[in-house]
Amino acid sequence: MKNSFKILAVAIAAALAAGSAHAETLRIATEGTYPPFNFVDASGQVQGFDIDVANALCAEMKVECKIETFSWDGMIPGLNAGKFDAIVASMSITEKRKEAENFTQPYYQAGAVIAAPRSVELETTPEGLAGKVIGVQRASSYGQLLKAKFPETKIREYDKNEEHNLDLAAGRIDGVMAQRLFMQQWLDSEEGADFEAKGKAFFDTEYLGPGAGIAIRKSDTELLARFDAALSTIMSNGVYDEINDRYFKFSLKPGQQQ
Amino acid sequence: MNFQVMIESIPALLGGVVLTLQLVAVASLVGFVLALGVTGLRLSGKPWLVAPAYAYVFFLRGTPLLIQIYLVYYGLSQFPELRKSVLWPFLREPWWCALIAFSLNTSAYVSEVMRGAITAVPRGQIEAAKAVGMSAVMRLRKVVFPQAVQIGLPAYSNEIILMVKASSLASTVTLLDLTGVARSLASETYMPVEVLGLAGIIYLIINFILTRILRGIEWLVTPRLQSEAGRIAKA
Amino acid sequence: MIDLHGFGGLLAEGTWMTIRVTLIAAAAGVSLGIGVALMKLSASRLLRFLGEVYTTGLRGVPVLLVILLFYFGAIAAVNSVARTLGYTEFIDVSAFAAGCIALSLAFGAYAAEVFRGAFQAVPKGQIEAARAIGLSRLKTFVKITLPQVWRLALPGLGNIFLVIMKETALISVVGLDELMRKTQFAVDYTKKPFTFYLVAAFIYLGLTIVAMGVTALLESRANRGFAIDRRQA
Repeated sequence: MKNSFKILAVAIAAALAAGSAHAETLRIATEGTYPPFNFVDASGQVQGFDIDVANALCAEMKVECKIETFSWDGMIPGLNAGKFDAIVASMSITEKRKEAENFTQPYYQAGAVIAAPRSVELETTPEGLAGKVIGVQRASSYGQLLKAKFPETKIREYDKNEEHNLDLAAGRIDGVMAQRLFMQQWLDSEEGADFEAKGKAFFDTEYLGPGAGIAIRKSDTELLARFDAALSTIMSNGVYDEINDRYFKFSLKPGQQQ
Repeated sequence: MNFQVMIESIPALLGGVVLTLQLVAVASLVGFVLALGVTGLRLSGKPWLVAPAYAYVFFLRGTPLLIQIYLVYYGLSQFPELRKSVLWPFLREPWWCALIAFSLNTSAYVSEVMRGAITAVPRGQIEAAKAVGMSAVMRLRKVVFPQAVQIGLPAYSNEIILMVKASSLASTVTLLDLTGVARSLASETYMPVEVLGLAGIIYLIINFILTRILRGIEWLVTPRLQSEAGRIAKA
Repeated sequence: MIDLHGFGGLLAEGTWMTIRVTLIAAAAGVSLGIGVALMKLSASRLLRFLGEVYTTGLRGVPVLLVILLFYFGAIAAVNSVARTLGYTEFIDVSAFAAGCIALSLAFGAYAAEVFRGAFQAVPKGQIEAARAIGLSRLKTFVKITLPQVWRLALPGLGNIFLVIMKETALISVVGLDELMRKTQFAVDYTKKPFTFYLVAAFIYLGLTIVAMGVTALLESRANRGFAIDRRQA
């Protein structure tokens, strides 16, 4: 009993005091379910391209960083509410999100694809996708794109990307629309062997934006400038390329694609 | 508070209400039928029937509904054989998966209510009914059942309200029930408090109306309540 | 033996988090429940009304929604209140805090009903007798009412405890690393949903069995005097 009161007291203290901003510890949010960009391994460590970029940026800015995982649909509300200072979670820079947050320059450009079974002919045109059930992550930019460009498509929303892949593999849905490299990694895996990317990749900046950026609260303009400067540095001094090569065979650096 | 967003969300949320009510209604019905069977097994007195029924109830009451849904929805699709079976056309639909999980879950709780209500009927009455020569079916119909219904109904009403709330988990397997619609809208508008708060109010209204209806039914099937009301009216 | 693909440690961590959240919600919920039960039994119409609003509200809304609301909403609310009070530093409400608060409130709402019944079941004559022999109101409450209320409320509280323990799984939706979410990480990594969700189900079942054992122990302790009475009668 005594112990549970102790726990209670600690919890209340933590709830009330944890937030007080310590000098120069940045709290960074990521998702943890988006390999190879961010994922959790068996030891509970969050890893991936996003994490390496975030750590490189923090080293460049000479600040301490605490990277934690949060649910995807809680990212923007969490940033606005002040739960953390930056989102480094492969978040596409979109017009709609820019109403809520500021973004740094893009740190990678991936585009989107629709993946479907190899055995099925699927035209990625409004007619070809009419009536088809396509899975996307809730609160993702792909849902917006589908809604606008393929109005006859039935959209099914998932909490996590891994879940729509499970459902695609199970045959519950006709296809999945997601980020190109994330999907490529899955298509190359054992689970995704019977599936392929259909048609051309999507690069509609109107919906997908110019790439993935780091989201910062509107009020933190100074922090935004520092992140931007640090990004420019690591993209020119070779640090970025080195991280890139750890995960991908080709460069993700914005402006060097296709 | 952004009331504009709240007002604009109402039509979509009401669309979600339809699915919520549909799931609750069907799951309650299926769960009730299953519960009858499980209760029968548990009261059969034969250990080899009682034990599996007990395990069934214990597993479903002892694990989170969220896990049960995930087991049915994502878990079963782990087996390729199942995907080729005749069950797949049902199991591939999130609606059926949610329905299966809800029905199984509620059947365990309802069977507990039934068992409690039936065992609460005084033994002496059953012995008396035997003594005057009533058959087993007759005893069940004329003595046990009418009383068990009265005893069990309040607890059963409670289960239905719990089912309404539990149905919010349908949103975790892509269904657009009231909670699912609210979560979608919250992520589109970036106004979670407004939209989720409104959904909460709608749940309250549903449960309020449902509670009233269930109270009415309790009153209808319980002569004691009616005669008490009559006495008060006369006095 | 089931192959956990090295995720056993992670599941254990998640289980510990689940236990912590449940215990916090239970401790806070019991205190809250007693308070609200007293409000609902008080002579003040306002207190009775507030108590009623609280229990109806929290018992009528799905816990999932309450958790989401707290996670998304509480921070903004807490900080705007703090700011009007002149406190300028940022106050964080983590998934842990939001989950604990939401489940404590839910526990409290259910517990309030149990306690109300228990308070009413303590014979009025005993309280009158205690007052007659000169015990103060507070002493009467602590020495006469509470011990009996505890005994009468225990079975109900045990049930609520089991319900709330299972509902902690819902906090995974806002990203708290408890058992359910750790399980999801394992599922993502291994693509074995059935295996891992079943393992998690049995862990919850184990926790349920332990909780039931503890409740039975507490009940038999609280019923000590009564058991002897019955044997002597």
